[in-house]
Amino acid sequence: MFAFDWAHAGPTILAGFLASLVEFVEALTVVLAVGAVRGWKGAIGGTLAALAVLLLIVLILGPALTRIPLDAVQLGVGTLLLLFGLRWLRKAILRAAGVIPLHDEEALFKKEVETLGRFARATQGFDRIAVATAFKITMVEGIEVVFIVIALGAAGGGLLIPASLGAAAALILVIAAGLVVHKPVSTIPENTLKFTVGLLLSAFGTFWIGEGASLDWPGEDWSLLGLFALYLATALIAVRLCRAAQKALPA
Amino acid sequence: MIKTILAELLGLFVDDAAFALTILAWLVIATIGMPRLGLQTPAPALILLAGLLAILLESALRRARHGG
Repeated sequence: MFAFDWAHAGPTILAGFLASLVEFVEALTVVLAVGAVRGWKGAIGGTLAALAVLLLIVLILGPALTRIPLDAVQLGVGTLLLLFGLRWLRKAILRAAGVIPLHDEEALFKKEVETLGRFARATQGFDRIAVATAFKITMVEGIEVVFIVIALGAAGGGLLIPASLGAAAALILVIAAGLVVHKPVSTIPENTLKFTVGLLLSAFGTFWIGEGASLDWPGEDWSLLGLFALYLATALIAVRLCRAAQKALPA
Repeated sequence: MIKTILAELLGLFVDDAAFALTILAWLVIATIGMPRLGLQTPAPALILLAGLLAILLESALRRARHGG
């Protein structure tokens, strides 16, 4: 049905899927807390409204970016993708080394339940607090997904469909998990996912910047694998060095 | 809510200002300055990458030395 260049489409689907999975799991935690405390009507209503807005943004911005010359898009989007990817990778390195604490979905769920329980609940129609909370968290986490999907799709020139497919698969998986477990998905190794996504986005960002600036990569498209491997090796060294530096700090 | 979303948008790219600015400065040097040096392919691309790896390593290590 779709004729993809798999050297780009494969990593794009994977990056879209993993990055979206992390964001959707964070949104799911809050939406589940809203549903449990304030009722499911408001939680689902707010979530669906935000998803509709996010889909609209992708449909408007995605094709619009394809009208800008590819070199300019690769440089601009590549820079944003690199800033985004390296930020995630740096944070994942620091978390893996124990410098900053790991993200705790269970704790976030408890905190949200406690906060939402303080407000009186509406007896009729939609609960405004439930709708607003679910809408906000889905927008805040979803906007990151939208950026990743558009960036991966636009910079690659025609990769919007693979990037969207990855994100859609993550959304379906997270919704299914939410329906089955009805509690925060805390068993997902979130930092490992963020580590991998940081590596993928940093590799993509570096590659697109090189392409946009006409700096030729050895092996052309396949150099993406080499970039991923070099970022991975550097990140693993960084984790070891950061762990040692952390231990050397005075207690 | 819009303020939160805008803050979240900026936060997508920057949580350590020095880290983000160093990356941007290096990208300017590597993409504008390097092609003028007349280096043979693929040296400019590899130098771009080496700089980014060094920035990542230094920033993470600086944060770790600063404490959690």
